Amino acid sequence: MMRRFFDSPYAVVLVLAIVVAVLPLLLPSLFYLRVAALICIFALVVVGLNLLIGFAGQVSLGHAGFFGIGAYAVAIGPTHLGIPPWLALILGAIAAGVVAFLVGRPILRLRGHYLAVATLGMGLLFAMVFANESAWTGGPDGMPVPRLVLFGWRMSGPWTWYWIAGVTLVIGAWIAANVIASPTGRALRAIHDSETAAQVLGIDVARYKLIAFVLSAVYAAVAGAYLAMFDGLVTPEASGFLRSIEFVTMAVLGGLGSTLGGIVGAALLVLLPQLLTVFHDYEHIALGLVMIVVMIFVPAGIVPSLANLLGWRKS
Amino acid sequence: MSRLAVEGLGIGFGGVTALTDVSFNVEAGEIFAIIGPNGAGKTTLFNVVSGLYPPRQGRVRINDEDVTGLPPFKLARRGLSRTFQNLQVFFRMSAADNVMVGRHMHEKRNVLAHLFTLPSVLEQNRVTRAKAEELLAFVDLSDVADRTAGNLPYGALRRLEIARALATEPQILLLDEPAAGCNPVETEEIDNVIQKIAATGVAIVLVEHDMKLVMKISHRIHVLDQGHTIAQGTAGEVRTNERVIAAYLGRHGQREAARA
Repeated sequence: MMRRFFDSPYAVVLVLAIVVAVLPLLLPSLFYLRVAALICIFALVVVGLNLLIGFAGQVSLGHAGFFGIGAYAVAIGPTHLGIPPWLALILGAIAAGVVAFLVGRPILRLRGHYLAVATLGMGLLFAMVFANESAWTGGPDGMPVPRLVLFGWRMSGPWTWYWIAGVTLVIGAWIAANVIASPTGRALRAIHDSETAAQVLGIDVARYKLIAFVLSAVYAAVAGAYLAMFDGLVTPEASGFLRSIEFVTMAVLGGLGSTLGGIVGAALLVLLPQLLTVFHDYEHIALGLVMIVVMIFVPAGIVPSLANLLGWRKS
Repeated sequence: MSRLAVEGLGIGFGGVTALTDVSFNVEAGEIFAIIGPNGAGKTTLFNVVSGLYPPRQGRVRINDEDVTGLPPFKLARRGLSRTFQNLQVFFRMSAADNVMVGRHMHEKRNVLAHLFTLPSVLEQNRVTRAKAEELLAFVDLSDVADRTAGNLPYGALRRLEIARALATEPQILLLDEPAAGCNPVETEEIDNVIQKIAATGVAIVLVEHDMKLVMKISHRIHVLDQGHTIAQGTAGEVRTNERVIAAYLGRHGQREAARA
Protein backbone atom coordinates (compact mmCIF):
# COMPACT_ATOMS: atom_id res chain seq x y z
CA MET A 1 0.00 0.00 0.00
CA MET A 2 2.72 2.44 1.12
CA ARG A 3 4.86 1.21 -1.76
CA ARG A 4 2.26 1.83 -4.39
CA PHE A 5 1.49 5.25 -2.92
CA PHE A 6 5.12 6.39 -3.04
CA ASP A 7 5.61 5.10 -6.56
CA SER A 8 3.18 7.73 -7.79
CA PRO A 9 4.87 11.06 -8.46
CA TYR A 10 1.66 12.76 -7.37
CA ALA A 11 1.94 11.34 -3.85
CA VAL A 12 4.82 13.74 -3.24
CA VAL A 13 2.73 16.67 -4.44
CA LEU A 14 -0.10 15.73 -2.08
CA VAL A 15 2.22 15.29 0.91
CA LEU A 16 3.92 18.57 0.06
CA ALA A 17 0.61 20.46 -0.18
CA ILE A 18 -0.41 19.18 3.26
CA VAL A 19 2.95 20.08 4.81
CA VAL A 20 2.89 23.57 3.30
CA ALA A 21 -0.67 24.12 4.56
CA VAL A 22 -0.06 22.86 8.11
CA LEU A 23 3.46 24.11 8.76
CA PRO A 24 2.62 27.75 9.71
CA LEU A 25 0.39 26.46 12.54
CA LEU A 26 3.38 24.67 14.08
CA LEU A 27 5.97 27.40 13.77
CA PRO A 28 6.53 29.32 17.01
CA SER A 29 7.62 32.66 15.56
CA LEU A 30 7.96 34.87 12.49
CA PHE A 31 11.65 34.01 12.38
CA TYR A 32 10.85 30.39 11.60
CA LEU A 33 8.23 31.41 9.09
CA ARG A 34 10.89 33.44 7.32
CA VAL A 35 13.16 30.38 7.25
CA ALA A 36 10.28 28.28 5.90
CA ALA A 37 9.69 30.82 3.12
CA LEU A 38 13.38 30.68 2.20
CA ILE A 39 13.22 26.87 2.11
CA CYS A 40 10.24 27.02 -0.29
CA ILE A 41 12.08 29.48 -2.56
CA PHE A 42 15.25 27.38 -2.74
CA ALA A 43 13.28 24.16 -3.04
CA LEU A 44 11.59 25.61 -6.13
CA VAL A 45 15.00 25.98 -7.81
CA VAL A 46 16.00 22.45 -6.86
CA VAL A 47 12.74 20.89 -8.10
CA GLY A 48 13.44 22.46 -11.51
CA LEU A 49 17.14 21.63 -11.46
CA ASN A 50 16.29 18.04 -10.61
CA LEU A 51 14.52 17.70 -13.98
CA LEU A 52 17.83 18.55 -15.63
CA ILE A 53 20.33 16.78 -13.34
CA GLY A 54 18.28 14.00 -11.75
CA PHE A 55 16.15 12.99 -14.72
CA ALA A 56 17.96 14.04 -17.92
CA GLY A 57 21.35 13.44 -16.26
CA GLN A 58 22.88 16.73 -17.42
CA VAL A 59 24.82 18.70 -14.81
CA SER A 60 24.71 22.50 -14.49
CA LEU A 61 27.03 24.52 -12.28
CA GLY A 62 25.60 27.80 -13.54
CA HIS A 63 21.94 27.90 -12.60
CA ALA A 64 22.46 30.83 -10.26
CA GLY A 65 22.83 32.78 -13.50
CA PHE A 66 19.14 32.19 -14.23
CA PHE A 67 18.29 32.82 -10.56
CA GLY A 68 20.05 36.19 -11.01
CA ILE A 69 18.15 36.99 -14.21
CA GLY A 70 14.87 36.57 -12.32
CA ALA A 71 16.14 38.59 -9.36
CA TYR A 72 17.43 41.49 -11.46
CA ALA A 73 14.33 41.48 -13.68
CA VAL A 74 12.12 42.50 -10.72
CA ALA A 75 14.70 45.09 -9.70
CA ILE A 76 15.54 46.66 -13.07
CA GLY A 77 12.05 46.38 -14.63
CA PRO A 78 10.15 48.57 -12.15
CA THR A 79 13.10 50.89 -11.32
CA HIS A 80 14.46 51.68 -14.78
CA LEU A 81 11.69 50.74 -17.19
CA GLY A 82 8.54 51.49 -15.21
CA ILE A 83 7.20 47.95 -15.62
CA PRO A 84 4.94 46.79 -12.74
CA PRO A 85 6.71 44.19 -10.54
CA TRP A 86 4.33 41.32 -11.39
CA LEU A 87 4.95 41.85 -15.11
CA ALA A 88 8.70 42.13 -14.50
CA LEU A 89 8.51 38.75 -12.74
CA ILE A 90 6.86 37.14 -15.77
CA LEU A 91 9.20 38.83 -18.24
CA GLY A 92 12.19 37.75 -16.12
CA ALA A 93 11.05 34.12 -16.24
CA ILE A 94 10.58 34.35 -20.03
CA ALA A 95 13.97 36.05 -20.43
CA ALA A 96 15.66 33.26 -18.45
CA GLY A 97 13.93 30.69 -20.66
CA VAL A 98 15.07 32.44 -23.84
CA VAL A 99 18.65 32.83 -22.56
CA ALA A 100 18.68 29.14 -21.55
CA PHE A 101 17.46 28.22 -25.03
CA LEU A 102 20.18 30.27 -26.75
CA VAL A 103 23.00 29.20 -24.42
CA GLY A 104 21.78 25.61 -24.12
CA ARG A 105 21.84 24.87 -27.84
CA PRO A 106 25.62 25.04 -28.15
CA ILE A 107 26.71 23.91 -24.67
CA LEU A 108 24.39 20.93 -24.21
CA ARG A 109 26.36 19.17 -26.94
CA LEU A 110 29.05 18.80 -24.29
CA ARG A 111 28.97 15.95 -21.83
CA GLY A 112 29.98 15.27 -18.25
CA HIS A 113 32.86 17.37 -16.96
CA TYR A 114 32.95 19.51 -20.10
CA LEU A 115 29.31 20.47 -19.66
CA ALA A 116 29.96 21.20 -15.97
CA VAL A 117 32.79 23.61 -16.84
CA ALA A 118 30.81 25.29 -19.63
CA THR A 119 27.79 25.91 -17.39
CA LEU A 120 30.17 27.15 -14.69
CA GLY A 121 31.51 29.71 -17.17
CA MET A 122 27.96 30.70 -18.11
CA GLY A 123 27.06 31.38 -14.46
CA LEU A 124 30.24 33.41 -13.88
CA LEU A 125 29.49 35.46 -16.97
CA PHE A 126 26.07 36.49 -15.64
CA ALA A 127 27.51 37.35 -12.22
CA MET A 128 30.14 39.56 -13.92
CA VAL A 129 27.52 41.38 -15.98
CA PHE A 130 25.40 42.06 -12.88
CA ALA A 131 28.45 43.30 -10.95
CA ASN A 132 29.82 45.51 -13.73
CA GLU A 133 26.81 47.14 -15.37
CA SER A 134 26.49 49.58 -12.47
CA ALA A 135 24.22 52.02 -14.31
CA TRP A 136 21.56 49.33 -14.55
CA THR A 137 22.30 47.00 -11.65
CA GLY A 138 23.89 49.18 -8.98
CA GLY A 139 27.17 47.28 -9.35
CA PRO A 140 28.65 45.15 -6.55
CA ASP A 141 26.46 46.82 -3.90
CA GLY A 142 23.28 45.73 -5.68
CA MET A 143 20.04 47.64 -5.86
CA PRO A 144 16.74 47.86 -3.97
CA VAL A 145 13.76 45.88 -5.24
CA PRO A 146 10.31 47.51 -5.11
CA ARG A 147 7.56 45.62 -3.29
CA LEU A 148 5.25 43.42 -5.32
CA VAL A 149 1.74 44.89 -5.49
CA LEU A 150 -1.08 42.56 -6.51
CA PHE A 151 -4.69 43.81 -6.82
CA GLY A 152 -3.84 46.79 -4.66
CA TRP A 153 -2.21 44.60 -1.96
CA ARG A 154 1.39 45.26 -1.03
CA MET A 155 3.20 41.94 -0.67
CA SER A 156 5.69 42.00 2.18
CA GLY A 157 6.64 40.16 5.33
CA PRO A 158 7.26 36.45 6.05
CA TRP A 159 3.56 35.55 6.21
CA THR A 160 2.74 36.74 2.71
CA TRP A 161 5.91 35.40 1.19
CA TYR A 162 5.58 32.06 2.90
CA TRP A 163 2.20 31.56 1.21
CA ILE A 164 3.35 32.84 -2.19
CA ALA A 165 6.47 30.66 -2.19
CA GLY A 166 4.70 27.67 -0.66
CA VAL A 167 1.87 27.64 -3.18
CA THR A 168 4.30 28.18 -6.06
CA LEU A 169 6.41 25.27 -4.79
CA VAL A 170 3.38 22.96 -4.75
CA ILE A 171 2.49 24.05 -8.29
CA GLY A 172 6.13 23.62 -9.36
CA ALA A 173 6.25 20.11 -7.89
CA TRP A 174 2.95 19.27 -9.61
CA ILE A 175 4.30 20.43 -13.01
CA ALA A 176 7.51 18.43 -12.44
CA ALA A 177 5.40 15.35 -11.60
CA ASN A 178 3.39 15.88 -14.79
CA VAL A 179 6.53 16.08 -16.91
CA ILE A 180 8.05 12.98 -15.31
CA ALA A 181 4.93 10.90 -15.98
CA SER A 182 4.65 12.03 -19.62
CA PRO A 183 6.37 10.93 -22.84
CA THR A 184 8.77 13.85 -22.28
CA GLY A 185 9.71 12.44 -18.87
CA ARG A 186 10.32 8.98 -20.32
CA ALA A 187 12.56 10.53 -22.98
CA LEU A 188 14.57 12.42 -20.31
CA ARG A 189 15.06 9.29 -18.18
CA ALA A 190 16.04 7.32 -21.29
CA ILE A 191 18.69 9.91 -22.19
CA HIS A 192 20.09 9.63 -18.66
CA ASP A 193 20.55 5.85 -18.93
CA SER A 194 21.73 5.57 -22.56
CA GLU A 195 21.93 8.45 -24.98
CA THR A 196 22.82 6.06 -27.78
CA ALA A 197 19.76 3.89 -27.27
CA ALA A 198 17.53 6.97 -26.90
CA GLN A 199 18.71 8.29 -30.28
CA VAL A 200 18.22 4.98 -31.99
CA LEU A 201 14.63 4.89 -30.72
CA GLY A 202 13.90 8.19 -32.48
CA ILE A 203 14.40 10.60 -29.56
CA ASP A 204 15.83 13.96 -30.59
CA VAL A 205 18.28 14.00 -27.67
CA ALA A 206 19.43 17.60 -28.18
CA ARG A 207 15.83 18.82 -28.11
CA TYR A 208 14.95 17.06 -24.86
CA LYS A 209 18.11 18.20 -23.09
CA LEU A 210 17.20 21.72 -24.15
CA ILE A 211 13.63 21.34 -22.85
CA ALA A 212 14.95 20.26 -19.43
CA PHE A 213 17.50 23.09 -19.46
CA VAL A 214 14.90 25.77 -20.32
CA LEU A 215 12.36 24.43 -17.78
CA SER A 216 14.93 24.37 -14.99
CA ALA A 217 16.05 27.91 -15.92
CA VAL A 218 12.47 29.19 -15.62
CA TYR A 219 12.08 27.56 -12.18
CA ALA A 220 15.33 29.23 -11.07
CA ALA A 221 14.30 32.64 -12.43
CA VAL A 222 10.93 32.60 -10.63
CA ALA A 223 12.64 31.65 -7.36
CA GLY A 224 15.27 34.36 -7.89
CA ALA A 225 12.58 36.98 -8.40
CA TYR A 226 10.78 35.82 -5.24
CA LEU A 227 13.92 36.02 -3.12
CA ALA A 228 14.74 39.51 -4.43
CA MET A 229 11.22 40.77 -3.72
CA PHE A 230 11.16 39.07 -0.31
CA ASP A 231 14.51 40.63 0.68
CA GLY A 232 13.74 43.97 -1.01
CA LEU A 233 17.33 43.93 -2.25
CA VAL A 234 19.40 42.17 -4.89
CA THR A 235 23.20 41.88 -5.14
CA PRO A 236 25.43 40.06 -7.68
CA GLU A 237 25.83 37.29 -5.12
CA ALA A 238 22.34 36.14 -6.14
CA SER A 239 23.91 34.75 -9.31
CA GLY A 240 27.30 33.94 -7.80
CA PHE A 241 29.28 30.76 -8.14
CA LEU A 242 28.54 29.69 -4.55
CA ARG A 243 24.80 29.91 -5.19
CA SER A 244 25.10 27.56 -8.16
CA ILE A 245 27.09 25.09 -6.08
CA GLU A 246 24.54 25.39 -3.30
CA PHE A 247 21.71 24.43 -5.70
CA VAL A 248 23.54 21.35 -6.95
CA THR A 249 24.50 20.36 -3.40
CA MET A 250 20.84 20.58 -2.32
CA ALA A 251 19.79 18.36 -5.21
CA VAL A 252 22.52 15.77 -4.57
CA LEU A 253 22.14 15.66 -0.76
CA GLY A 254 18.38 15.22 -0.95
CA GLY A 255 18.58 12.67 -3.73
CA LEU A 256 18.81 13.12 -7.49
CA GLY A 257 15.79 11.99 -9.43
CA SER A 258 13.50 12.53 -6.44
CA THR A 259 11.32 15.64 -6.25
CA LEU A 260 10.82 15.19 -2.52
CA GLY A 261 14.58 14.69 -2.20
CA GLY A 262 15.26 18.09 -3.75
CA ILE A 263 12.93 19.74 -1.26
CA VAL A 264 14.51 17.92 1.70
CA GLY A 265 17.97 18.89 0.41
CA ALA A 266 16.94 22.53 0.20
CA ALA A 267 15.46 22.41 3.69
CA LEU A 268 18.62 20.83 5.06
CA LEU A 269 20.99 23.40 3.56
CA VAL A 270 18.83 26.35 4.68
CA LEU A 271 18.24 24.95 8.19
CA LEU A 272 21.68 23.54 9.00
CA PRO A 273 23.50 26.89 9.15
CA GLN A 274 20.76 28.12 11.53
CA LEU A 275 21.04 25.05 13.76
CA LEU A 276 24.83 24.92 13.63
CA THR A 277 25.21 28.42 15.05
CA VAL A 278 25.66 26.64 18.41
CA PHE A 279 29.11 25.67 17.13
CA HIS A 280 30.01 29.36 16.75
CA ASP A 281 33.32 29.62 14.90
CA TYR A 282 33.20 26.01 13.75
CA GLU A 283 29.86 26.36 11.99
CA HIS A 284 31.25 25.87 8.48
CA ILE A 285 33.37 22.92 9.51
CA ALA A 286 30.30 21.26 10.99
CA LEU A 287 28.29 21.95 7.83
CA GLY A 288 31.02 20.44 5.66
CA LEU A 289 31.20 17.40 7.92
CA VAL A 290 27.46 16.80 7.73
CA MET A 291 27.67 16.93 3.92
CA ILE A 292 30.59 14.50 3.79
CA VAL A 293 28.88 12.07 6.16
CA VAL A 294 25.64 12.14 4.16
CA MET A 295 27.51 11.44 0.91
CA ILE A 296 29.50 8.56 2.44
CA PHE A 297 26.58 6.82 4.12
CA VAL A 298 23.73 7.61 1.72
CA PRO A 299 25.37 8.29 -1.65
CA ALA A 300 22.00 8.02 -3.44
CA GLY A 301 20.78 10.98 -1.38
CA ILE A 302 18.64 11.16 1.73
CA VAL A 303 15.16 10.55 0.36
CA PRO A 304 15.83 7.68 -2.10
CA SER A 305 17.94 5.90 0.54
CA LEU A 306 15.27 6.29 3.20
CA ALA A 307 12.58 5.09 0.80
CA ASN A 308 14.71 2.02 0.02
CA LEU A 309 15.30 1.33 3.67
CA LEU A 310 11.58 1.44 4.44
CA GLY A 311 10.80 -0.74 1.43
CA TRP A 312 8.71 1.87 -0.34
CA ARG A 313 10.55 1.46 -3.61
CA LYS A 314 10.33 -1.30 -6.14
CA SER A 315 13.27 -3.71 -6.13
CA MET B 1 13.59 -1.69 -54.49
CA SER B 2 15.45 -3.00 -51.47
CA ARG B 3 14.43 -2.10 -47.96
CA LEU B 4 18.05 -1.42 -47.09
CA ALA B 5 20.87 -0.88 -49.59
CA VAL B 6 24.48 -0.37 -48.55
CA GLU B 7 26.76 0.73 -51.39
CA GLY B 8 30.56 0.82 -51.23
CA LEU B 9 30.67 1.71 -47.54
CA GLY B 10 34.05 2.65 -46.08
CA ILE B 11 35.20 4.09 -42.76
CA GLY B 12 38.45 4.44 -40.88
CA PHE B 13 39.61 5.65 -37.49
CA GLY B 14 42.83 7.62 -37.65
CA GLY B 15 45.13 5.60 -39.89
CA VAL B 16 43.22 2.34 -39.38
CA THR B 17 40.72 1.34 -42.04
CA ALA B 18 37.80 -0.48 -40.44
CA LEU B 19 35.58 -1.09 -43.47
CA THR B 20 36.40 -1.05 -47.18
CA ASP B 21 33.88 -1.06 -50.01
CA VAL B 22 31.12 -3.07 -48.31
CA SER B 23 27.91 -3.47 -50.33
CA PHE B 24 24.73 -5.45 -49.81
CA ASN B 25 20.93 -5.26 -50.11
CA VAL B 26 18.34 -6.55 -47.71
CA GLU B 27 14.75 -7.22 -48.80
CA ALA B 28 11.51 -7.08 -46.81
CA GLY B 29 10.97 -10.22 -44.75
CA GLU B 30 14.54 -11.39 -45.27
CA ILE B 31 16.93 -12.50 -42.53
CA PHE B 32 20.36 -11.34 -43.64
CA ALA B 33 23.30 -12.39 -41.46
CA ILE B 34 26.71 -10.73 -41.24
CA ILE B 35 29.45 -12.98 -39.89
CA GLY B 36 33.19 -12.82 -39.56
CA PRO B 37 36.00 -13.08 -37.00
CA ASN B 38 36.37 -10.64 -34.11
CA GLY B 39 37.49 -7.23 -35.38
CA ALA B 40 36.13 -7.90 -38.88
CA GLY B 41 34.07 -4.70 -38.67
CA LYS B 42 30.58 -6.09 -38.05
CA THR B 43 29.61 -3.77 -35.20
CA THR B 44 31.30 -0.84 -36.96
CA LEU B 45 29.14 -1.59 -39.99
CA PHE B 46 26.04 -1.50 -37.75
CA ASN B 47 27.18 1.77 -36.21
CA VAL B 48 27.60 3.35 -39.65
CA VAL B 49 24.30 2.04 -41.00
CA SER B 50 22.40 3.21 -37.88
CA GLY B 51 23.95 6.68 -38.12
CA LEU B 52 26.20 6.62 -35.04
CA TYR B 53 29.33 7.09 -37.23
CA PRO B 54 29.34 9.00 -40.53
CA PRO B 55 30.87 6.90 -43.35
CA ARG B 56 34.01 8.04 -45.14
CA GLN B 57 32.83 6.56 -48.45
CA GLY B 58 29.66 5.03 -49.80
CA ARG B 59 25.92 5.47 -49.43
CA VAL B 60 23.15 3.98 -47.33
CA ARG B 61 19.62 3.87 -48.77
CA ILE B 62 16.33 3.04 -47.10
CA ASN B 63 13.54 2.25 -49.58
CA ASP B 64 15.69 3.89 -52.29
CA GLU B 65 15.98 7.15 -50.34
CA ASP B 66 19.56 8.27 -49.65
CA VAL B 67 19.93 8.50 -45.85
CA THR B 68 23.74 8.62 -45.65
CA GLY B 69 24.95 10.68 -42.70
CA LEU B 70 21.53 11.27 -41.14
CA PRO B 71 21.55 11.25 -37.31
CA PRO B 72 20.18 8.09 -35.64
CA PHE B 73 16.87 9.65 -34.53
CA LYS B 74 16.05 10.65 -38.11
CA LEU B 75 16.92 7.17 -39.36
CA ALA B 76 14.60 5.79 -36.71
CA ARG B 77 11.82 7.93 -38.17
CA ARG B 78 12.54 6.36 -41.58
CA GLY B 79 12.01 2.91 -40.13
CA LEU B 80 15.43 1.73 -38.96
CA SER B 81 15.90 0.30 -35.48
CA ARG B 82 18.57 -1.78 -33.79
CA THR B 83 19.76 -3.60 -30.68
CA PHE B 84 23.23 -3.51 -29.15
CA GLN B 85 25.89 -6.13 -28.54
CA ASN B 86 26.83 -4.45 -25.24
CA LEU B 87 23.26 -4.04 -23.97
CA GLN B 88 22.00 -0.45 -23.98
CA VAL B 89 18.98 -1.06 -21.79
CA PHE B 90 17.57 1.80 -19.68
CA PHE B 91 18.61 -0.01 -16.52
CA ARG B 92 16.90 2.26 -14.00
CA MET B 93 13.52 2.09 -15.75
CA SER B 94 11.03 -0.77 -15.55
CA ALA B 95 10.82 -3.28 -18.41
CA ALA B 96 7.49 -1.74 -19.48
CA ASP B 97 8.93 1.79 -19.39
CA ASN B 98 11.84 0.63 -21.59
CA VAL B 99 9.42 -0.51 -24.25
CA MET B 100 7.26 2.60 -23.78
CA VAL B 101 10.29 4.75 -24.65
CA GLY B 102 10.41 2.83 -27.92
CA ARG B 103 6.94 4.21 -28.72
CA HIS B 104 8.29 7.78 -28.53
CA MET B 105 8.02 8.53 -32.25
CA HIS B 106 4.42 7.39 -32.35
CA GLU B 107 3.37 9.46 -29.35
CA LYS B 108 1.93 12.97 -29.29
CA ARG B 109 4.88 15.08 -28.22
CA ASN B 110 3.32 18.39 -27.20
CA VAL B 111 5.48 19.49 -24.27
CA LEU B 112 2.99 22.15 -23.12
CA ALA B 113 0.32 19.45 -22.77
CA HIS B 114 2.85 17.38 -20.79
CA LEU B 115 3.47 20.24 -18.33
CA PHE B 116 -0.16 20.27 -17.27
CA THR B 117 -1.14 16.62 -17.92
CA LEU B 118 -4.06 17.38 -20.17
CA PRO B 119 -6.49 14.46 -20.59
CA SER B 120 -4.84 13.71 -23.96
CA VAL B 121 -1.60 12.89 -22.12
CA LEU B 122 -3.31 10.36 -19.84
CA GLU B 123 -4.92 8.77 -22.89
CA GLN B 124 -1.54 8.70 -24.65
CA ASN B 125 0.11 7.02 -21.65
CA ARG B 126 -2.66 4.41 -21.58
CA VAL B 127 -2.30 3.62 -25.31
CA THR B 128 1.50 3.46 -25.05
CA ARG B 129 1.36 1.18 -22.03
CA ALA B 130 -1.09 -1.17 -23.75
CA LYS B 131 1.20 -1.41 -26.80
CA ALA B 132 4.21 -2.03 -24.54
CA GLU B 133 2.40 -4.87 -22.77
CA GLU B 134 1.54 -6.42 -26.11
CA LEU B 135 5.21 -6.35 -27.17
CA LEU B 136 6.40 -7.72 -23.82
CA ALA B 137 3.97 -10.61 -24.32
CA PHE B 138 5.43 -11.16 -27.80
CA VAL B 139 8.92 -11.70 -26.35
CA ASP B 140 7.49 -13.57 -23.34
CA LEU B 141 8.34 -10.98 -20.68
CA SER B 142 4.84 -10.13 -19.47
CA ASP B 143 5.47 -11.35 -15.95
CA VAL B 144 8.38 -8.94 -15.38
CA ALA B 145 6.76 -5.84 -16.92
CA ASP B 146 7.04 -3.77 -13.75
CA ARG B 147 10.43 -5.03 -12.58
CA THR B 148 13.39 -2.64 -12.86
CA ALA B 149 15.32 -3.61 -15.97
CA GLY B 150 18.64 -3.61 -14.10
CA ASN B 151 17.45 -6.58 -12.05
CA LEU B 152 16.49 -8.82 -14.98
CA PRO B 153 18.58 -11.80 -16.15
CA TYR B 154 20.73 -11.50 -19.24
CA GLY B 155 18.55 -13.46 -21.63
CA ALA B 156 15.53 -11.37 -20.63
CA LEU B 157 17.46 -8.15 -21.34
CA ARG B 158 18.30 -9.38 -24.84
CA ARG B 159 14.61 -9.96 -25.53
CA LEU B 160 13.70 -6.66 -23.84
CA GLU B 161 15.96 -4.82 -26.30
CA ILE B 162 14.23 -6.59 -29.18
CA ALA B 163 10.78 -5.64 -27.84
CA ARG B 164 11.93 -2.03 -27.41
CA ALA B 165 13.26 -1.91 -30.97
CA LEU B 166 10.01 -3.41 -32.27
CA ALA B 167 8.05 -0.70 -30.45
CA THR B 168 9.34 1.79 -33.03
CA GLU B 169 7.53 -0.29 -35.72
CA PRO B 170 10.69 -0.68 -37.81
CA GLN B 171 10.89 -1.72 -41.43
CA ILE B 172 14.53 -2.65 -40.93
CA LEU B 173 15.85 -4.19 -37.72
CA LEU B 174 19.57 -4.54 -36.99
CA LEU B 175 20.29 -7.19 -34.33
CA ASP B 176 23.82 -7.10 -32.92
CA GLU B 177 24.57 -10.51 -31.38
CA PRO B 178 21.06 -11.09 -29.99
CA ALA B 179 22.06 -14.49 -28.59
CA ALA B 180 25.40 -13.48 -27.05
CA GLY B 181 25.73 -14.85 -23.55
CA CYS B 182 22.47 -16.78 -23.79
CA ASN B 183 22.11 -20.46 -22.93
CA PRO B 184 20.75 -22.90 -25.57
CA VAL B 185 17.16 -22.54 -24.33
CA GLU B 186 17.29 -18.75 -24.46
CA THR B 187 18.97 -18.91 -27.89
CA GLU B 188 16.12 -21.09 -29.12
CA GLU B 189 13.58 -18.51 -27.88
CA ILE B 190 15.42 -15.66 -29.59
CA ASP B 191 15.66 -17.70 -32.78
CA ASN B 192 11.84 -18.10 -32.73
CA VAL B 193 11.29 -14.42 -32.06
CA ILE B 194 13.54 -13.39 -34.97
CA GLN B 195 11.72 -15.67 -37.38
CA LYS B 196 8.35 -14.36 -36.22
CA ILE B 197 9.51 -10.75 -36.78
CA ALA B 198 10.79 -11.50 -40.28
CA ALA B 199 7.48 -13.18 -41.10
CA THR B 200 5.75 -9.82 -40.53
CA GLY B 201 7.78 -8.32 -43.40
CA VAL B 202 10.57 -6.63 -41.42
CA ALA B 203 14.00 -6.78 -43.06
CA ILE B 204 16.40 -8.21 -40.47
CA VAL B 205 20.16 -7.76 -40.45
CA LEU B 206 21.80 -10.05 -37.93
CA VAL B 207 25.32 -10.10 -36.53
CA GLU B 208 25.86 -13.33 -34.65
CA HIS B 209 28.65 -15.71 -33.62
CA ASP B 210 26.39 -18.66 -32.91
CA MET B 211 26.89 -20.50 -36.24
CA LYS B 212 24.09 -22.98 -35.61
CA LEU B 213 21.64 -20.10 -35.18
CA VAL B 214 22.99 -18.20 -38.20
CA MET B 215 22.96 -21.18 -40.57
CA LYS B 216 19.50 -22.23 -39.45
CA ILE B 217 17.54 -19.00 -39.79
CA SER B 218 19.41 -16.80 -42.32
CA HIS B 219 18.25 -16.51 -45.91
CA ARG B 220 21.56 -15.04 -47.00
CA ILE B 221 24.90 -14.57 -45.26
CA HIS B 222 27.54 -11.88 -45.81
CA VAL B 223 31.06 -12.63 -44.58
CA LEU B 224 33.47 -9.87 -43.51
CA ASP B 225 37.18 -10.22 -42.76
CA GLN B 226 39.30 -7.23 -41.75
CA GLY B 227 36.74 -4.84 -43.14
CA HIS B 228 36.47 -6.53 -46.54
CA THR B 229 33.68 -8.64 -47.97
CA ILE B 230 35.03 -12.14 -48.62
CA ALA B 231 31.80 -13.94 -49.49
CA GLN B 232 28.06 -13.63 -49.76
CA GLY B 233 25.43 -16.25 -50.40
CA THR B 234 23.14 -18.83 -48.87
CA ALA B 235 24.16 -20.87 -45.84
CA GLY B 236 25.18 -23.76 -48.09
CA GLU B 237 27.37 -21.58 -50.32
CA VAL B 238 29.09 -19.76 -47.49
CA ARG B 239 29.70 -22.93 -45.48
CA THR B 240 31.76 -24.52 -48.28
CA ASN B 241 33.56 -21.35 -49.39
CA GLU B 242 37.31 -21.90 -48.96
CA ARG B 243 38.04 -18.26 -48.03
CA VAL B 244 35.37 -18.31 -45.32
CA ILE B 245 36.71 -21.56 -43.91
CA ALA B 246 40.24 -20.18 -43.89
CA ALA B 247 39.35 -16.80 -42.36
CA TYR B 248 36.59 -17.68 -39.95
CA LEU B 249 34.89 -21.05 -39.75
CA GLY B 250 37.92 -23.31 -39.70
CA ARG B 251 37.48 -27.06 -40.27
CA HIS B 252 35.72 -27.54 -36.93
CA GLY B 253 33.40 -24.58 -37.51
CA GLN B 254 32.48 -25.95 -40.90
CA ARG B 255 31.34 -29.23 -39.35
CA GLU B 256 29.44 -27.28 -36.66
CA ALA B 257 27.76 -25.13 -39.31
CA ALA B 258 26.88 -28.20 -41.38
CA ARG B 259 24.94 -29.69 -38.49
CA ALA B 260 22.54 -26.73 -38.26
